Amino acid sequence: MQQAATLPLGTPMGAKPQRAASPGSFGDTLFSAACHAAGGFVLLLLGGIIIELFIGGLPAFRAFGIPFIWSTEWDPVTEVFGAGVSIYGTIVTAVLAILLAVPVAFGVAFYLTELSPPWLRRPVGTAVELLAAVPSIIYGMWGFFLIAPIMGQYIQPAVIDTIGELPLIGELFQGPPFGTGIFTAALILAIMILPFIAATMRDVFQQVPPVYKESAYGLGCTTWEVMRSVVLPYTRISVVGGIMLGLGRALGETMAVTFVIGNANRISASLFGPGNTIASVVALEFGESEMGSLKLSALLALGFILFVLSFIVLAISRFLLRPRLKG
Amino acid sequence: MTPPSEAQTTDSAAQNASFGGMQARSAAALNETARVTVRNLDFFYGENKALKGINFLLPEKQVTGMIGPSGCGKSTLLRVLNRMYSLYPGQRAEGEVLLDGENIIADGVDMNALRAKIGMVFQKPTPFPMSIYDNIAFGIKLHEKLSKAQLDERIEWALTRAAIWGEVKDRLNASAMGLSGGQQQRLCIARTIAVRPEVILFDEPTSALDPISTLKIEELIDELKRDFTIAIVTHNMQQAARCADQVAFFYLGELIEVAPAGQLFTAPKHPKTQEYITGRFG
Amino acid sequence: MSATTMPPALGPVKDQAVAAALGRRRKAADRLVRLLSYAATLIGLVFLASILLTLFYKGFGAMNLSVFTEVTKPPGSEGGLLNAIVGSLIQVALATAIGTPIGMLVGTFLAEYAKGSAFGNLVRFVSDILLSAPSILIGLFVYQLLVLPFGGFSGWAGVAALTIIIIPIVVRTTEDMLTLIPNTLREAVIGLGAPKWKMIVLICWRAATSGIITGILLGIARIAGETAPLLFTSLGNNAWSTNLNGPLPSLPITIYSYAGSPFQDWIELAWAGALLITLAVLLLNILARSVLGRGK
Repeated sequence: MQQAATLPLGTPMGAKPQRAASPGSFGDTLFSAACHAAGGFVLLLLGGIIIELFIGGLPAFRAFGIPFIWSTEWDPVTEVFGAGVSIYGTIVTAVLAILLAVPVAFGVAFYLTELSPPWLRRPVGTAVELLAAVPSIIYGMWGFFLIAPIMGQYIQPAVIDTIGELPLIGELFQGPPFGTGIFTAALILAIMILPFIAATMRDVFQQVPPVYKESAYGLGCTTWEVMRSVVLPYTRISVVGGIMLGLGRALGETMAVTFVIGNANRISASLFGPGNTIASVVALEFGESEMGSLKLSALLALGFILFVLSFIVLAISRFLLRPRLKG
Repeated sequence: MTPPSEAQTTDSAAQNASFGGMQARSAAALNETARVTVRNLDFFYGENKALKGINFLLPEKQVTGMIGPSGCGKSTLLRVLNRMYSLYPGQRAEGEVLLDGENIIADGVDMNALRAKIGMVFQKPTPFPMSIYDNIAFGIKLHEKLSKAQLDERIEWALTRAAIWGEVKDRLNASAMGLSGGQQQRLCIARTIAVRPEVILFDEPTSALDPISTLKIEELIDELKRDFTIAIVTHNMQQAARCADQVAFFYLGELIEVAPAGQLFTAPKHPKTQEYITGRFG
Repeated sequence: MSATTMPPALGPVKDQAVAAALGRRRKAADRLVRLLSYAATLIGLVFLASILLTLFYKGFGAMNLSVFTEVTKPPGSEGGLLNAIVGSLIQVALATAIGTPIGMLVGTFLAEYAKGSAFGNLVRFVSDILLSAPSILIGLFVYQLLVLPFGGFSGWAGVAALTIIIIPIVVRTTEDMLTLIPNTLREAVIGLGAPKWKMIVLICWRAATSGIITGILLGIARIAGETAPLLFTSLGNNAWSTNLNGPLPSLPITIYSYAGSPFQDWIELAWAGALLITLAVLLLNILARSVLGRGK
């Protein structure tokens, strides 16, 4: 104790207060080693995922070469596989989901930060967060048993008969109203990522200092003008980061999509047509692949591609959100 | 409570009176036309009464300094004058605040139009994340439809009036965030006057600035009163003495004394004022 | 700066009619956006309500005692979900038990040992990537790592996959909570002569307890509903099994395979399971919030 009492106040946290021989020193070394090892373990995990997926996919990459990425063939009988359709489906559903979710998420965040009466703010905010906690398989069932029939019976026929008749844009909304398909998958994805994007937007909007908002109000701005001209410009980087986070989730979402996308290996011009995504193909075809088969390797190769895609998106998202998280 | 008009008719005995080694402003120049009249104003933060029975006026084209210890209600009063408090639920004002014969704290007042008439400059500079030009144009475009030439003219006028034109005229398209703190604050003043308000409220506008920038802002305030009615809240009594024609002293939510600057600092009528200006509390 | 150098006040006052017209248009725009914002919030709430109502409607209809007392059986023979529930509990409990200490150590490393170091930033970045990485890929990884080399699907593989998913969640909350602790507290403990590890374990962890528990509860809620990673690891099992070395049943996998089946009684069981899992997840979330609220 006496020794410790003479310790200078400014001793940095990293410096050990004891001499090497003192009793705490062994514990310190051990604990510090455990913490460092745990940190290293996390790196090993990510590295392991990359390497294992790549090794697993190697036979497929060898067999089909680079064209594997854009080839639209997927024939288990002749053992010819390509990732083109599922990459297309993954990107189209994810981007469409973002387009659907972002305006609504913005509306929710705008409501929660600027419009909601204080007594409603917490319950509504919690409800949105609970929407984010619902497991994806539940979204899948809900989408399959409730949303897909509604889409097929009411929404799709109406859209096909109206927008579908238009030149050019109509191409996107033609074909039989299955209920399931690319568009329904994107809709379910949009509902799933909506709370993530809304919560991120709300958090960054709340970080704008009130005095900036007040000075815009002081010029005579309306609430919407304050949001558009001050809050959004201030937070745009973090807002984009939040959207990228949502995109990252949408890319890799499996169960919800598998239920409602229709699972067909073709690219159709219509958004109402069936398709697949990397995750849905892997989930569905995995059970029918034998250990060590070329098909299994193709699925692992798909996994590797999905990993690269989501890594890029998530890394960008983290980069954009970094100042906010540090802030 | 001293009615303002009474205090303002006092003779010019206090002219050039010295306070703490600096020159206090002449009391004789006080204008008797009220631009804003406050009558029996009470203000509440929820249950908490923050202003009690305030009677007060802002003389036209004069500077009114508002002083008092922290929490005395001076900033609260400022935020009543442009209804800034209405942004926050649970805050409410009772009484009358008259601008052009209209009670601006009544329900149904068009607050956007009101804030165009009563502008505000804040403690910290608040440039918007856009170019210098757009910062000024932003407020103008809210309320007026001007041609490009008229807009350019107005922006030059506002920046000149805010004594920053010379420093920024070559980089109007640069981001306003790149300016120094003092420049940013003058830009905010330019942004406020570009809307051509009738009254400008300054809420401790120099508290985040260095002494030289502070001096510039003070000179600017002196300039601006030719065209605008000004109220300034300050923690700094020297600043009030330098800038203000009329000074109001607040304490615990009450207006203790309002008088021409020279008089209030040299011959305060109320013992509390005396104690505050001699530094015994605050 | 003298008054004479100042430009004169600008001409006539602004055109009040134009200002009023502009004001009306701006207010109309403001009202429109507010309306859209209310609508968006309503849409979000309607979705949540729709999911919950659907679950309650279909799930309660299918709920009965045998759901909890019978194991999964062939269609038409009054089966339940007992084995799936127990399998899920085993896997989630083990994954939490293994993942929590690792996650806490990593979070502690980031907050107490690696402030600002390049290695620390890398670990933080990688952990955040793992936090949002598609869970199906974690399943594939564990398949390659544990299922292929050790000759088959197993409960342990499922536990490993869930562990990898829960670790970054615990890392995030542990670091966040430890960062909130003021340095003066650390200095006070060190000043008493305590070694650093005691300071962390006895003081910092204790001060951060409610936050860390919140993180763990949220992590449990997350892995309890995970389906995709279990497809390639513990696979599922229609018989009663607590053997972690073989395929192990789980609630999400059972729901997945039953919901996609053509048998009405299986679909009903899937709804019952879906209701159970959603209730558990939402309760865990609400519990997590109240723990955090009480700790503050």
